[in-house]
Amino acid sequence: MENAPTQDAPRQPGAPTSLHRFANPGRFLRLTDNWLPWLAGAALLVLGSGVVWALLLAPPDWQQGETVRIMFVHVPMAWLAMGGYLGLAILSVMSLIWRHPLADLTARELAPVGAAVTALCLITGSLWGRPMWGTYWVWDARLTSVLVLFFLWLGHVALVRAFDDPERGARMGAILALVGVVNLPIVKFSVDWWNTLHQPASVTRLDAPAMHVDILYPLLWCTLGFSLAFAAVVLAATRAAVMERRVRALQMAAARRADAAPATLRGARA
Amino acid sequence: MTRKRRRLYILMLCAIGLGSATALTLTAFQDNLVFFRSPSDIVAETPPQGRAFRLGGLVEAGSVVRDATYDGRPAITFRVTDGAHAIPVVFNGVLPDLFREGQGVVTQGVMGTDGTFRAREVLARHDETYMPPEVADALKRAGHWQPEAGAPPPPNQWNTLRGNNAPAPTPARTGS
Repeated sequence: MENAPTQDAPRQPGAPTSLHRFANPGRFLRLTDNWLPWLAGAALLVLGSGVVWALLLAPPDWQQGETVRIMFVHVPMAWLAMGGYLGLAILSVMSLIWRHPLADLTARELAPVGAAVTALCLITGSLWGRPMWGTYWVWDARLTSVLVLFFLWLGHVALVRAFDDPERGARMGAILALVGVVNLPIVKFSVDWWNTLHQPASVTRLDAPAMHVDILYPLLWCTLGFSLAFAAVVLAATRAAVMERRVRALQMAAARRADAAPATLRGARA
Repeated sequence: MTRKRRRLYILMLCAIGLGSATALTLTAFQDNLVFFRSPSDIVAETPPQGRAFRLGGLVEAGSVVRDATYDGRPAITFRVTDGAHAIPVVFNGVLPDLFREGQGVVTQGVMGTDGTFRAREVLARHDETYMPPEVADALKRAGHWQPEAGAPPPPNQWNTLRGNNAPAPTPARTGS
């Protein structure tokens, strides 16, 4: 892998492609080998302090009381669900246009994490809604569009794994992910375009954040922590997938050699 | 044209097509996607008798009367307003924690013949403001905000305010 050619080396049809295909993943493995411990350490540190800050030190809300603390998980999960999907879309563009195998693998490993994060967003929101709104669920535009986002994530997980040929599965998943991108602005602006039960944005708006700094800062800190953890999990999963694929390629090569050897022996005997 | 360039153009064409199709669909659905209707909507276009719909707005200040029916169930009457019009609502049931005068609510039910909305369900609507109790108290003490009367002042007046200090809306003080 050390002297493997770079990513855009032209691929002759019929030529052995495995070295070209794994050229970039090799560099990815080396780089992430250095980054991942730092990333995971930073995530643990920020999340650990964020939990103390958000759950113990931050003040309650004047009318929600302690229930406001659900937001310190709910809002980062919602942002990650959308930001992660944007990442999936970018990976899909790279996959469809440049046929980048590492983009395929990352998208494949990103989707289950994104689905989990979106599920957590829906669950925490539902638990907050029961005491505050008076209901676990309503079919308003925001809640429904986030549910659609969750199904898009799940659909990507299933579709990518539904084909025997992983390349074909990756392409189908990329198309699904790109079609689903239209849902992202709908999620974001649903609370502005239509009247919904869900409140409008408190932080990401043109005016000053409608959130007191004593609540805003721990929220941003928790968001940083969850984002680092999200990146660490996706990177670790992608590393595992790259190595898995490499092991499979080596096994295939060994099997081909084993197949070829007896044939030559037979040929010699005949 | 290389194959990569061609794939890029095809992808961009698809994106434009899909994007405009979605935009057209959403514009067409504009009126059907509302979760609730405001009192002004109801006054402008009364829904047919007996048809359930959602009515949303603010609970008018001073309009909440908590009573009980003869069989002991709670009977709450209040008025839902959007500033221009107000519609009286009656509800027999348990109100959510956030229900108060000045709070946004979404009620589901049918319009009675007497012009009173009979709610089967009352949901409280939280607005986008988050503030510690001390800050809310400070704003109320200083007379900058009466929660019953409506929305809080612009956030840049209070989102760095220290609750235990004498309220000084602008310039906001940070730290202590």
